[in-house]
Amino acid sequence: MPSLKDLKNRIESVKSTRKITKAMQMVAAAKLRRAQEAAEQSRPYTERFNNVMGKLASSVGDSAGAPKLLSGTGSDQVHMLVVMTSERGLCGGFNSNIAKMARVEAQKLLAEGKTVKIVTVGKKGRDAIKRDLGDHFIHHVDLSEVKKLGYANAQSIAADILSRFDAGEFDVAKIFFSRFQNVVTQIPTIQQIIPADVSAFDTDEGDGAFYDYEPDEAAILADLLPRGVATAIFSALLENGASEQGARMSAMDNATRNAGEMIDKLTIQFNRSRQAVITNELIEIISGAEAL
Amino acid sequence: MADTVQFDLVSPERLLTSVEATEVQIPASEGDMTAMPDHSPLITTLRPGIVKVTGKSGTSEYIVTGGFAEINGSSISILAERAVARETITQEDFSSMIAEANARLSNAQDAYQNEPGPVDEAAKLLSDMVAIGDEIGLSAN
Repeated sequence: MPSLKDLKNRIESVKSTRKITKAMQMVAAAKLRRAQEAAEQSRPYTERFNNVMGKLASSVGDSAGAPKLLSGTGSDQVHMLVVMTSERGLCGGFNSNIAKMARVEAQKLLAEGKTVKIVTVGKKGRDAIKRDLGDHFIHHVDLSEVKKLGYANAQSIAADILSRFDAGEFDVAKIFFSRFQNVVTQIPTIQQIIPADVSAFDTDEGDGAFYDYEPDEAAILADLLPRGVATAIFSALLENGASEQGARMSAMDNATRNAGEMIDKLTIQFNRSRQAVITNELIEIISGAEAL
Repeated sequence: MADTVQFDLVSPERLLTSVEATEVQIPASEGDMTAMPDHSPLITTLRPGIVKVTGKSGTSEYIVTGGFAEINGSSISILAERAVARETITQEDFSSMIAEANARLSNAQDAYQNEPGPVDEAAKLLSDMVAIGDEIGLSAN
């Protein structure tokens, strides 16, 4: 049975924990709003981009001279997995969900006898899969110094991936991130970026217009495909940012509520013990008086 | 014939402008062009330059560093990797664009020592950037 003083200390400590989680929840809410805005603002670009890519890919797509970024290298022996997670913890299952998905995919590929290479973005995911897949790490992108995610960040990641592709280091690249649905739901997602997944582009062509291309289709496509990689990575980073804050917000909301429940429980226990002590003292006094 | 066309300028980070325009001057990779309403459908890549939009409320100009444009009869969309309105561009912005172009040139020089193609491309990009600087009165150094 804890003493009254122990209980009092315990209640104080849980109260301050609740203050912290509450503050973190509010910070996450503010950041979430900003992250959502950023994701919202990138949407017009992504939509138009995919639209144009769709037009181009459908006209050049199947020809023999199609760029490797679209048609692939002709083999799928070496897979590169780009695992995007957050730089900070305390965000519920966000990081572990992505890490779990990456681990399952990597093990499946390894079981098929493929080679797996892993690039991690964000240190939490790196820590989570290091034990099982640490041997496969080839690169790590540290975004902990980045205050506001910009397209430049996505571009530098894309540039690194593309130079590895050009050097023939891998055949297929996939990104792992969490798609933001709402504050309570984030969906861990795999997206193939190299070779480009044509079905992801918006190919419905309402006006049926024939476009002129300047320079020719193949040259434009060769110019656009690397940008497509950067665009896919950028929107994944933004989705991930929003997901992270959403996950943190709901995790901290839960923590705050649990702390409140714990305080209630401890307070009842504290009051009961206090009452028991008083009753005991009374009994002692009364029985002492009776004995006289 | 419609006398205006919907013009959108978007960068990956945001939608910069969306207006009704009567004509848009575009720095396409194979030469400047001016697109007017009911232009035939065209997709083109851009070189670094100045996009000049003329609408009912006057003319506005934007510095773009590359990207591509999609034109059809009823709309013109420019997807630029980096775009800044001419009034708001600062020496700092411009210097970072120049630094980027410089870095690309030296990368190309390192990576393709025996192929002039990519190096020339990067050098052209840089000289385009410097030309913009002259045009808008900012120093390239």
